[in-house]
Amino acid sequence: MKVGVVVFPGSNCDMDCVHAVQDELGHEAQTIWHDETSLPKGLDFVILPGGFSYGDYLRCGAIAKFARLMPAIIDFANAGGYVIGICNGFQILTESGLLPGALLRNKDQKFICKDIDLKVINNSTAFTRTYKKGQIITIPIAHGEGRYHIDNAGLKRLEDNDQIAFTYSGNNPNGSLHSIAGVFNEKKNVLGLMPHPERCNFRNRDSLRILDII
Amino acid sequence: MYKVNIHVLLKDDVLDPQGKTVNNALHHMGYASVGDVRIGKFIQITSSETDEAKLMADIKDMCQKMLTNPVIEKFDFSFEKVAS
Repeated sequence: MKVGVVVFPGSNCDMDCVHAVQDELGHEAQTIWHDETSLPKGLDFVILPGGFSYGDYLRCGAIAKFARLMPAIIDFANAGGYVIGICNGFQILTESGLLPGALLRNKDQKFICKDIDLKVINNSTAFTRTYKKGQIITIPIAHGEGRYHIDNAGLKRLEDNDQIAFTYSGNNPNGSLHSIAGVFNEKKNVLGLMPHPERCNFRNRDSLRILDII
Repeated sequence: MYKVNIHVLLKDDVLDPQGKTVNNALHHMGYASVGDVRIGKFIQITSSETDEAKLMADIKDMCQKMLTNPVIEKFDFSFEKVAS
């Protein structure tokens, strides 16, 4: 599998993603600078990593959606290419319209950095196929703005189309609607999630498999 | 030259924990009459556009495409002529 990790000014989980995919999972990984206008040929999977792209100015992900590389990523996703957005990457995917909903300041106003339990809701996708439906996996979160929000009509669409990937199990750490931690697009080739699978190299290796899509 | 003042606020049905925290603090200070606090953004733009209709259309477009996220935020704006 050929993987591209996009680097925006302020991304800080890019090399963690490269390490996880390349050294832990054995795929070929390369970074792609946000100012490129096209993706490298033959890419199977694009990762938008965590961090604080463009300093989180205006809103998290609001400036990154206008990066020169974004139209190529949107075309790639619309053509069925696999894309994952982790944490800030998730915020970028919602801002750019590749995923529905939005991410808001955590309910308790705090930046939360800890391991949490995640429940697998839809296991019939490339990202989640190695898990059982309802399986609980442990994975770290590290965010200040991860409260998932969508209007009622949008939530119904998510539920009707099986687009909810993961929910927080037990305690809802950030006040997300319906404890939603990750969602797919309609075609299930794009996933956004707040938790960090790339940080599961030494502990909780079960959760690393979210990045092992082929 | 125009000066445009844009106010951005979370939609009414979106929880604003920052506003809630400030509301609690105001109550602790003794301002018992405070009902609700919502915290948003104020953006000021100057523009050399001379056509007011075009200016209004452009500002609306900027708000919808970039300055706000229509999923969670609402906005309004006003503008005034200023000496350039």
